[in-house]
Amino acid sequence: MQQFTAMPTVRDDEGVPMNGQQMTGAKALVESLKHAGAEVVFGLPGGAILPTYDPLMDAEGIRHILVRHEQGAGHAASGYAHATGKVGVCLATSGPGATNLITAIADAQMDSIPMVAITGQVGSSFIGTDAFQEADIVGMTMPVTKHNFLVSHADDIPKVIKQAFHIASTGRPGVVLVDVTKDAQQAMTTFEWPDSLDLPGYRPDPRPHTKQIREAVSLLMAATRPVFLLGGGVLRGRATEEVGELIEVSGAPFVTTLMARGALPDSHPSHLGMPGMHGTVAAVSALQRSDLIVNIGARFDDRVTGVLESFAPGAKVVHADIDPAEISKNREADVPIVGQAAEIARALTAELRDRIAADDTRDYETWWNTLDMLRDNYPLGWTETEDGFTAPQKVISRIGAISGPDSIYVAGVGQHQMWSSQFIKYENPYTWLNSGGLGTMGYSVPAAMGAKVGQPDKVVWSIDGDGCFQMTNQELATCVINNIPIKVAIINNSSLGMVRQWQNLFYDKRYSNTDLNTGHGSRRIPDFVKLADAYGCAGLRCERDEDIDATIQQAMEINDRPVIVDFTVSADAMVWPMVPSGVSNDEIQIAQGMSPEWERDI
Amino acid sequence: MNAMSAMNAGSSAGAGNPTSTSDYVMTPENQTLSVLVENKPGALTRVTALFSRRGYNISSLAVGPTEHPEISRITVVVDVDQRRLEQITKQLNKLVNVLKIVQLDARSTVQRELILIKVTADNSSRTSVLEIVQMFRAKVVDAAADSVTVEATGTQDKLSALLGMLESFGIREIVKSGEVAIGRGGRAITDRSLLG
Repeated sequence: MQQFTAMPTVRDDEGVPMNGQQMTGAKALVESLKHAGAEVVFGLPGGAILPTYDPLMDAEGIRHILVRHEQGAGHAASGYAHATGKVGVCLATSGPGATNLITAIADAQMDSIPMVAITGQVGSSFIGTDAFQEADIVGMTMPVTKHNFLVSHADDIPKVIKQAFHIASTGRPGVVLVDVTKDAQQAMTTFEWPDSLDLPGYRPDPRPHTKQIREAVSLLMAATRPVFLLGGGVLRGRATEEVGELIEVSGAPFVTTLMARGALPDSHPSHLGMPGMHGTVAAVSALQRSDLIVNIGARFDDRVTGVLESFAPGAKVVHADIDPAEISKNREADVPIVGQAAEIARALTAELRDRIAADDTRDYETWWNTLDMLRDNYPLGWTETEDGFTAPQKVISRIGAISGPDSIYVAGVGQHQMWSSQFIKYENPYTWLNSGGLGTMGYSVPAAMGAKVGQPDKVVWSIDGDGCFQMTNQELATCVINNIPIKVAIINNSSLGMVRQWQNLFYDKRYSNTDLNTGHGSRRIPDFVKLADAYGCAGLRCERDEDIDATIQQAMEINDRPVIVDFTVSADAMVWPMVPSGVSNDEIQIAQGMSPEWERDI
Repeated sequence: MNAMSAMNAGSSAGAGNPTSTSDYVMTPENQTLSVLVENKPGALTRVTALFSRRGYNISSLAVGPTEHPEISRITVVVDVDQRRLEQITKQLNKLVNVLKIVQLDARSTVQRELILIKVTADNSSRTSVLEIVQMFRAKVVDAAADSVTVEATGTQDKLSALLGMLESFGIREIVKSGEVAIGRGGRAITDRSLLG
């Protein structure tokens, strides 16, 4: 994560420095945001934040984007942060405005996204009286933020904003909420941007201990079946170059978790794909059979490990993370390394080079033979559908191929998310955004909007499901009015697809409440093309395989407004491979009821 | 978090490199943590909410000021094994208002709880009750025709023994503080330098 650095002196429109000027708390809040480097704020006004919206109207250098629902503001700020590496900022009023942010806050916190959420609060004399639109948002968000503040004095605003941006963007990034009472916004104060942070209990240390680096490299020199497990921390730590060099020097295979897709190019010869519940056979098996896992910035999430006790039983573990609490939380580490991913990778590379130069007896040939065979025998793929409707994997794969590796892809949550992680080839970091930890349906459209605001020159695809899309598509209005031309591919299987897949596999094909009536042969409620039209977006529909490429090309050519493409696909397609919930990763299935033949293959 | 093995000597908040947990004994027992926090609104809530959110049970909790007005001290007793304790400590250290966490080893710590016991005592039993009170170096702090109220401080073991002795007379009401604890010897774990 980039370190928070002091901005040059901010001056007002007459060129006078802001420090020492008399102003309202609201104005001080807006000036503080400028000082902290905020350029874009996603928000929606209401009573308790009204004082701040007044100076915001004239604020130069801050673009406020009016959303249609506060959850959209939160995901947009999150998408913006992911795509740019800057702190995302969202703004809402008290009570329901603030509570509407909570899902997005929890989502961003789970995925370690640097974000500052600012909420208005009722006047301090009303706090605790169940006043109109009063909600204890500081209390409510304590478990889902990195830290939060209640500000009830105008004088405190600059310091707290400075602290909030610092905490959000350093160490393990996360969400900081700042709740500002209405009277604090209205009171007069002398603006003073503080020099110091005054955070005695917050001292993240980016530098790894050399002893741990040496021990880690010793394990790496001795291992015969090592695997690098790269997690989202490689991206959050802006460490892709350093980790890439470590991989080159080592020559060992690596896997990229759902949160790390694109951290290193998919085309890299040492890449085995994504591990976990829907990972590749090669990636899952490599971890299971490894004798050493070097984990950089992944947290041994249950979706990666399967049943923990049977995960990688023969492996020693080097676990590098900026957050010491992640180490030995799930899987015990033999060598813990606390620090920033980039610094750790640099130190490991330097030590590894020295040791290789001194004496190198490593031999990965047998290991690579096994892995190459697994890669060759069990590539990702899909079978044609039996109902004759389009295979959703084909649509997603063609979008990736036609739009290319410079585009940004933002998924919702469910089957389409897994297929997007599997069948789009990611060659660049920060081109794959999804809700990994919380699994928030509805993430895609607003997050894509935020990403497009942050990277206006890139093509941004929201790859969404028909269920997800219906949760947050109101932000299409925001996109149209603010000229944010995202492209939305609705992978429309007319159902809550991932839930339906589990009902198919584990609930005797009893499809309880998963039919959404949006696709083939249904009443199409709503009709997504008409919906696109109603919002002023271009609306396209593709129902046949032979139209896929032409439809995507058509969508690529529309850049003056958002495009919504309704790809109606088969509801029966399933995500494979799959490690069913509650079993060992050794039980990975490549299709329904089919497991790799280990005896033959290994 | 610095190495847990150095916890008895006190370890500071922030990042460090934990050692492997493999040499820890994995049996649950009462562990006493002293958590020094900034004296700010919500600091106690953050600590206790973290315990409930992460599924850790608090056996005892005591909060109070320290010799530095800006620092409060939370003494918390948890019934967990060493591995869980390490995880708790690391999670607590992530709280921005937490300045320092020290695991207090029972063998080198003075640990005290305070209890007030309202016990039935009339003319026929009062003398026996008072004998027990004396035996435990407790005090009578209130008396009525049919009861006395006893105040006692001590370790959990001592107070349980006292309660056990008084039980047969009829205990009407008890109230107990959380445990407070302080390390033996001249060293202090609180230090102004904690505030940067």
